[in-house]
Amino acid sequence: MAYTVRRPNLTFWEKLYLPNIVAGLAITFNHLKKMLKGETHVVMQYPEEKWDAHLPEYYRGAPTLVTDEHGRERCVSCQLCEFICPPRAIKITPGSLPSDSQFAKVEKAPEAFDIDMSRCIYCGLCEEVCPEQAIYLRKDYAVTGESRADMVHHKDKLYELGGTMPGLVHKWNPDK
Amino acid sequence: MDFLNDIPWMLIAASLAKTLFLIFGVVLPIVSYTVYAERRVSALIQDRLGPNRTGFPISLFGFEKDLQLFLGGLGQPVADAMKFLLKEEFTPAHVNKFYFWLAPVLAMVPALSTLAVLPFGNFLFGQKMVVADVNVGILYVFAVASVGVYGIVLAGWSSNSKYPFLGSIRASSQMISYELSLGLSAVPVLMIIGNLNLSEAIQYQIDNGWLLLPFTDGKLTLRELFLWIPVFVSFIIFTISMFAETNRLPFDLPESETELVAGYHTEYSAMKFALFFLGEYAAMIAGSSIIVVLFLGGWHVPFLPINTLESSTTPAGIALGFLHITAFFAKVVGILIFFIWVRWTLPRFRFDQLMKLGWLYLFEIALVNIFITAAILAWVK
Repeated sequence: MAYTVRRPNLTFWEKLYLPNIVAGLAITFNHLKKMLKGETHVVMQYPEEKWDAHLPEYYRGAPTLVTDEHGRERCVSCQLCEFICPPRAIKITPGSLPSDSQFAKVEKAPEAFDIDMSRCIYCGLCEEVCPEQAIYLRKDYAVTGESRADMVHHKDKLYELGGTMPGLVHKWNPDK
Repeated sequence: MDFLNDIPWMLIAASLAKTLFLIFGVVLPIVSYTVYAERRVSALIQDRLGPNRTGFPISLFGFEKDLQLFLGGLGQPVADAMKFLLKEEFTPAHVNKFYFWLAPVLAMVPALSTLAVLPFGNFLFGQKMVVADVNVGILYVFAVASVGVYGIVLAGWSSNSKYPFLGSIRASSQMISYELSLGLSAVPVLMIIGNLNLSEAIQYQIDNGWLLLPFTDGKLTLRELFLWIPVFVSFIIFTISMFAETNRLPFDLPESETELVAGYHTEYSAMKFALFFLGEYAAMIAGSSIIVVLFLGGWHVPFLPINTLESSTTPAGIALGFLHITAFFAKVVGILIFFIWVRWTLPRFRFDQLMKLGWLYLFEIALVNIFITAAILAWVK
């Protein structure tokens, strides 16, 4: 059923419209003034200001490889991360440690370890599945490159980003 | 070859120099920086930042960084101009080519032509700072400014497309309607001044105080106090009509982005679009200049000496001449910033509201205002 919307009864000054224009101008001027005095919070100016200081502890950035406190690669090229990776971004070529290394008979190491960052979805499954805690999602988010080949992180780049992660691996840690 | 001696070469050279200075030295830079100010002020009013990145690209010449001044982004107009020049000039297949090409020119030329009669300064280097000091100054301005509607109408019609057409129809009806109140609201001012020459209008305001601020000559008579009321009403109506004439918000119905895509220049691109843009802002500058000349004393700075034709070649006279030109354009820029400020405050009118305001209120008030002014002029001494 149709019904009549009651219109507000405007006073003379409201009908004249000009005082309200002045009031509106005052509002916008106050916004301008606050902006010029720097009182208004505006968006982050990205290249100068960065997210880095505000990233939460659980932030998942680019996946990286880490070494332990002795400078040893943690990765033993078990390839679990390669198998679990949903977008198949990881490609590992398993290899042996050089024979003159003191750990040569103990473990293996990846000969090549490539993560295609144009495929990676930052899900963190590789970090979760790794039995050696060798792969970690660090806080790098600005991954750029000029070609598809540039977007592939090779082993040395992954170690460079990852750095060292000291401490006992969970599987040897009785407390965990 | 005797006729060559009859041609006033000096006058032609001086007029040419003044025209070039006015258009390329002052008005076009003001236009491009008004566009920048429009974007920047709108951003600041809406709690954003606006274009604050583009500096002057001195890093091309081996410097470390681009030059950033004041609030930053001052290189933006240069970048915009480059963009307009380098973009593809696209002419749709369905347009009427001749009028399609003619329309941007017709939008730009009248806006710049009105500048011819504007006294933008007193004397400088023995020249009067007005290109054409004609005795029908204000009539010339109204006549030429109203030609500007042809550019818009032709653009809309030749585009052969519904939104530009609607925009141009709105533009023509709006500009014709508001020309009435624009002209009528100027009549009280002309009655007080008693002259149509714009230089004389400024001279009157130097002698008797600015029309809007009658105390600027140092004294205030009862007659001026009475006259101030109709002048103030005139000023309000004139300013509102000028908003409508220049298609500025709250009267930007010819363009209204949310309703008509972009209005009459929907089909235009690159430099042809830029010409509409420049024409619109040049018309704003012309309009603001008229407001300044009629109500705010033109180039006059209160309580400062005024140079004469003879003294304008001495160093002090040259300094004063430049000061007067600066004062004129400072006032114009002030009005332009007001234009921008209003644009980002008020929403757009509905078309029937626009017509009602023009025909039922402003027209009548302006008409009555003329009689009130006449009565005051006749009886209050």
